[in-house]
Amino acid sequence: MSKASEDVLPQAFKAGVAQALADEDLQRALLNVKRGFIAKRAKAVAKLPEFGQLRDEGRAIKDHTLQHLDLYLEIYERNVAESGGQVHFAPTSEDARDIVLRLCREADARLVTKGKSMVSEEIGLDAHLEAAGIEVAETDLGEHILQIRGDTPSHIIAPVIHLNKEEIAKDFVRAHAGLPAKRPLATVEDLVAEARAVLRQKFLSAQVGITGANLLIAETGSSVIVTNEGNGDLTAALPGTHIVVASIEKLVPTLEDACTILRLLARSATGQEITTYTSFTTGPARQSDVDGPRAYHVVLLDNGRSAILGGDFQDMLRCIRCGACLNHCPVYGAIGGHAYGSLYPGPMGAVLTPALYGIDQARDLPNASSFCGRCEEVCPMAIPLPSLMRRWRERDFDRGDPPWQQRLALKIWAFAAKRPRLYRALSGALMPLLARAAVGKGRFRRLPFAAAWTGTRDLPAPQGETFHTLYRKRRQP
Amino acid sequence: MTEKAAGTQANPRVGLFVTCLVDLIRPSVGFAAVKLLRDAGATVEVPPSQTCCGQPAYNSGDRGDAAAIARQVVETFEGYDYVVAPSGSCAGMIKLHYPRLLAEDVAFAWRAAALAAKTFELTSFLVEVLQVRRVDARFAANVTYHDSCSNLRELKVRQAPRLLLGSVEGLRLTELEESEICCGFGGAFSVKYPEIATAMADAKLRDVAKSGAGHVLAGDLGCLLHIAGRLARDGSAVECRHVAEVLAGMTDAPAIGQARKAE
Repeated sequence: MSKASEDVLPQAFKAGVAQALADEDLQRALLNVKRGFIAKRAKAVAKLPEFGQLRDEGRAIKDHTLQHLDLYLEIYERNVAESGGQVHFAPTSEDARDIVLRLCREADARLVTKGKSMVSEEIGLDAHLEAAGIEVAETDLGEHILQIRGDTPSHIIAPVIHLNKEEIAKDFVRAHAGLPAKRPLATVEDLVAEARAVLRQKFLSAQVGITGANLLIAETGSSVIVTNEGNGDLTAALPGTHIVVASIEKLVPTLEDACTILRLLARSATGQEITTYTSFTTGPARQSDVDGPRAYHVVLLDNGRSAILGGDFQDMLRCIRCGACLNHCPVYGAIGGHAYGSLYPGPMGAVLTPALYGIDQARDLPNASSFCGRCEEVCPMAIPLPSLMRRWRERDFDRGDPPWQQRLALKIWAFAAKRPRLYRALSGALMPLLARAAVGKGRFRRLPFAAAWTGTRDLPAPQGETFHTLYRKRRQP
Repeated sequence: MTEKAAGTQANPRVGLFVTCLVDLIRPSVGFAAVKLLRDAGATVEVPPSQTCCGQPAYNSGDRGDAAAIARQVVETFEGYDYVVAPSGSCAGMIKLHYPRLLAEDVAFAWRAAALAAKTFELTSFLVEVLQVRRVDARFAANVTYHDSCSNLRELKVRQAPRLLLGSVEGLRLTELEESEICCGFGGAFSVKYPEIATAMADAKLRDVAKSGAGHVLAGDLGCLLHIAGRLARDGSAVECRHVAEVLAGMTDAPAIGQARKAE
């Protein structure tokens, strides 16, 4: 088996769009994004008058850290070591998978519990461990549901936002063996109670616990996770070995910096002032500690991120994965996360996916945006997402990638637009013709060269002569 | 006659940036803009060497052509006291994007910045610069107003059109529940990803239906063509007009995409 073939690569976009738009269950589920996240965030932000200032501070913290990332990585590594843990640098996904598998084998692991981690999804970790004969139990409720369905996350913080609770109940009946078939699973509480009972056994018997990290703190060597279920704590604290899998841009210099970003993160993500659990782990258990792992490892993934540093897309490395841009994106709201074909969907994914995997792998993503600007408006790290998407379009255009029909149409239009007299003559002649063709109707139901528009919308016809023609005539009677 | 607050710069010379869509599809919006500006005391000129603001190129990644068109617009309009466009999208392009687009062009960077500073969307120019508070117009109808994304988020124009619409005799404004959401036009986006654009339009149409309004008004012809086009395909009787036509009392022309009614 070729190792790189285990990498999780972006999939086709357009096919996914048609499927998503036709999927009634998905469309119903997507309404939850609107009803839930958007209103809650708005309320939380309104309650914090200094949110804007906090955002500036958060942005400055991240920009500073990224500018001196080498320095902070060294400090972080030293402090992890001082607290008794070990940092492993993983340049690629493959390196990260290999390191984690080696650590699991050293811990003699048969069962691994996992907290929610997008980076572990990015590197395809579960499949790799399972292929090596190690059982993996996802312990975040959403991730547990995905695991028993063989599904992938469609949102970076709400991985099963594409599902309705009725579908999840069916999965539970199918996957949770040894329970009565007709048990009540109608409410969210029923589902949570059952998942909790099933997962409790896994927490207690795992040899290794793997978590992600929302933040890594250089001055203390700590990793931070935010959860609302408490599963992350059980994953980190109960097994003998705790492995943190995180990417390098999660770093911040100080504990205080971490707190600034946490205030932005919870409000932007779920509209909470603070998540139910915000857990800091620093090294393995001390001698005086009653609980805690005996071994503590951090696998730091690069996977293309250091190549983003210092370039056109560095701003994207400020992203704290709150998901606000997804929640507020009308394109995401229409098609959901899976249609993007990338683990990272929505506006942040439209910029990050091509940065990590190359524009060939994700041409459509930065193009499929109306540039409505809501993502940038709500981004707690003030990432100029539309500008970054436009920059991808520029690279795409410079490489000659858009279809020739699009390029030709654009070039003909631009040729005329740069020559006002020619433009005036052409438009002055053409518009009255179009108006005459639509006389009595005022619009076109079908127009050969505008089929992409008229497939689903009528095209309003011109009124007649152009404004400039009419204006000239009226001035010179 | 329009009513104005005191303290206005008397008789500024305004260059009207007609916008390509208004020029080609709906000249009546341009004439409405001219009337509104003149009524408010401005001297309006329409330089004939204008074509488009360059957004089709800019948003398609064709920076070279976008910059060439931007320079042309700067040269054409920099002599005026103000540049006004009946569109948030085109005004936003000149105001926010030209300075970025031409930032590395030593000859043009400062000229683009100077032009940006005096460029306005029509309704905000009337209210904020010309201090217009009332218009002399009548439109007896229940309308709703669609905020274009560029007006709302790039230019922060939200109050100006509502203030002016509030003075139109007989007009009742019912707000959309989700007035912050894009209608799905997005320029070339609407033809490059028609299925997504249409799904977005349909969400907007549901919101319009819920409002009970018989007319959708907006400050951008792009959004209006998209909304009107989908409404027509849907068989809806709701009509679409540019806000300038209503404010200028020039609503004789058929609504967008409608035929002249037989007399």
